[in-house]
Amino acid sequence: MADELQLCTFFLDRFFFGIEAEKVQEIVRYQHITPVPLAPLEVRGLINLRSKILIAIDMRRRLDLPVLNGDRLPLNLVVRVDEDNISLLVDDVGDVLDVSDDWFEPTPETLTGKVRQLIRGAYKLEDRLLLILDIEKVVDLSSSISSN
Amino acid sequence: MEIDEDLEAFLVESNENLSQIERDLVIFEQNPTDRELINRLYRNLHTLKGNCGFLGLDKLESIAHAGEHLLTPLRDFQGEGETSSQLSLNRREITNVLFTIVDAIRAILITLESTGSEGETDYTELIGVIGKLQDFNQTQLEAAENTSSDRLAAISQTVLTEDTPQSSIVTDNFMRVDVERLNELMNLVGELVLCRNQILQFTNLQNDSSFLETAQRLDVITTDLQEGLRKTRMQPIATVWSKFTRVVRDLCVSLGKQVSLEIEGEDTELDKTVIETIADPLTHLIRNCIDHGIETPDVRQGIGKPEAGKVFLRAFHESGSVKIQIADDGAGIDIEALKVKAVELNLISADRASTLSEQEALNLIFAPGLSTAKQVTNLSGRGVGMDVVRTNINQIDGTIEVCSKQNKGTVFTIEIPLTLAIARTLIVTTGGDRYAIPQMNLLELIRLEGEQAVKGVEMIHGSPVYRLRGQLIPLIYLNEELELEEAENCSDDPSYDTLNIVVLQARDYPFGLVVDAINDIQEIVVKPLGKQIQEVSCFAGATIMGDGLVALILDIQGLAQKAHVISEDKEVDLSTESNLAVNENEENSQMLLLQALDNRRMGISLSRVARLENFSPKTVERIGKRMVLQYRDRLLDLIDFSTFPDVENADSIPDSKDEELLQVVVVNIGEGKLVGLIVGNIIDIVDQRITVKSDSDQEGIEYAAVIQDEVTEIIDIQALIATS
Repeated sequence: MADELQLCTFFLDRFFFGIEAEKVQEIVRYQHITPVPLAPLEVRGLINLRSKILIAIDMRRRLDLPVLNGDRLPLNLVVRVDEDNISLLVDDVGDVLDVSDDWFEPTPETLTGKVRQLIRGAYKLEDRLLLILDIEKVVDLSSSISSN
Repeated sequence: MEIDEDLEAFLVESNENLSQIERDLVIFEQNPTDRELINRLYRNLHTLKGNCGFLGLDKLESIAHAGEHLLTPLRDFQGEGETSSQLSLNRREITNVLFTIVDAIRAILITLESTGSEGETDYTELIGVIGKLQDFNQTQLEAAENTSSDRLAAISQTVLTEDTPQSSIVTDNFMRVDVERLNELMNLVGELVLCRNQILQFTNLQNDSSFLETAQRLDVITTDLQEGLRKTRMQPIATVWSKFTRVVRDLCVSLGKQVSLEIEGEDTELDKTVIETIADPLTHLIRNCIDHGIETPDVRQGIGKPEAGKVFLRAFHESGSVKIQIADDGAGIDIEALKVKAVELNLISADRASTLSEQEALNLIFAPGLSTAKQVTNLSGRGVGMDVVRTNINQIDGTIEVCSKQNKGTVFTIEIPLTLAIARTLIVTTGGDRYAIPQMNLLELIRLEGEQAVKGVEMIHGSPVYRLRGQLIPLIYLNEELELEEAENCSDDPSYDTLNIVVLQARDYPFGLVVDAINDIQEIVVKPLGKQIQEVSCFAGATIMGDGLVALILDIQGLAQKAHVISEDKEVDLSTESNLAVNENEENSQMLLLQALDNRRMGISLSRVARLENFSPKTVERIGKRMVLQYRDRLLDLIDFSTFPDVENADSIPDSKDEELLQVVVVNIGEGKLVGLIVGNIIDIVDQRITVKSDSDQEGIEYAAVIQDEVTEIIDIQALIATS
């Protein structure tokens, strides 16, 4: 029996992503974001989550994906990295899935650009590919700035 | 009954100490070889004894001393086999005695608390027995054991049945709380306050009277809770000051000086963390006062001062903050010597030093270079570590000012906020978002409307300045600095033709911050920024506003640096003026560019420029060959740049220009002297690195340089004065 991993899944543009469920604290509907001038582009701003101030990272910008169009508002996927809470702005949230290591594949060659740098690999689901984000890399904006 | 604070503190500490000793004794009985334990027992008893000595509690002291003495052989005994069996017997005995001692001490403490004195009980017998036991330690124990044990038991009995109240009130009324826990609570209360504010905003929309009533009660309770919690963290400043008497005494002895320390307002209360932060800076200031400030007795006598110097410590509340003054009646700071030293150490250029105002010069003592250099310690001013003092105080949002009169003395005034958790800030709006400005940076608010808004700002090539009561202050547009996009409906906005300037202070230098709107003063809870945006130097933190939205707190220092209002090397540069050091060819300098009347383009270091003024030519008068003007109750010499450097014709005033006002640049030529330059036009203020230079053989011209792609002659003001 292969090891199973629980993943919290979400959607961004045409992609289907997952991160370890244990790193996700909660999902919160969209709320007012105070922009932070001069901050890296990926930082959409600050939100107030029950009196805690969190940084909201625009995941579409982080992955170089086109801007969410229309009146659709993103959701806050609040993750915990190194004791810090950070909100990832995602299009929509999917189910929590149990995936087996048997389905794991290294990053597909077809993927290019920023997405490729920030994922650890993919799980082949029946109907689609689930990309596993390296959350530590995602929230570390300093490296992405220098690489650009 | 009322007991004084020292005694109360002693009781609390001693009771705690005693409990610790008791606990340790129990373990000791079972585990007599634990040296750690013995050492701790010894230490605790020793501390107790020491404290007794301070308060003159002789009985307690002697008992504690006896106990300590008893422990000495045990402590010094290092597991030598041959006496171990003897010692183990001995140990039981000793433990018993120690317990008796603990009981005796406790009994005295209780008596102390209720009567204020040690009581009448005679403990000499107990001490005698202990002393004997001590002797037996060294000789045969067995024989003596029975007798002493019996006696001891009897004594214990007396001690315990002594007619004293059974429980200690002081101890029961105090408990130690982890400061971390208090901090958490403080934070939570901060949140509650904000939440309350949100609810109160709701009440405006509600008519339900029971809701309104509940909201009202919530309001009151929250305020009380906040106040109550704030008080738990408050400590009188005396907790720091009490040790100063000793510091002063020791210093006086070693330096051969006489100083009387006068303390005022030691009951003034401050947040615990604030007190901890200022303890070291205060000690430092006091040391400096005595070391450098107060003269030796013979010197003092020589200049007609009383032999003993005075050092004052004063603390008081003023408008929501605490002020602490440290003053002495000593020699004061020798400003000239300070300048010389600063120039020697390359902190400022000689040129700059001559233009410093008295206060600016005094502030040199806070420059970091002055502190580390050893040779400065013999300077008659102060300086050692003053930068650290200032940094420490700034860390808690406090400010320090110095004021000194030669031979009269020096006063340091420290202003610090009551508490750190909640900061008072001015809320402003720019680009639709709110920003909080810490109140300590705030100087004044200016609102210009209509005509004034346009005329008030001299916008010259993107280096706007505003004349604040004649003084030029640079302006920063917050939306530009933060690279915000212009609001689209800008022109329709009725507020478009008004200009809101917040005059701020960064490192002693004022500048104006232009914002869209000035809201109000609010108390906020400061929260740190996540590491992803900590790089942004313009923000000091964030806070949650009454409506639940997040607002950023501006870091005025960082903002000013970003806008180059103050130079990056803020530590050395005391104000915005760059030091135009003569020998440094590649230096950023702020230049005021002007057009001489014959269309020559000239520049003068902005640090020299005191004011820009307009005068009617009719006000110009002559004294011999000099052209002067009555200016601020004195005569201002004028140099006409239309004729310069043709000094021959210096007396020909541009009569033809009777109708126009003369543009005069008032220049500071050092030692408070001013001179006016009549110029054709003011072109610009530039802040740029001057790379292309050529020497000038013309008198009064320091060099020519290319500024903004045009050749500009830089005025050497000193030489100019010399020639005219």
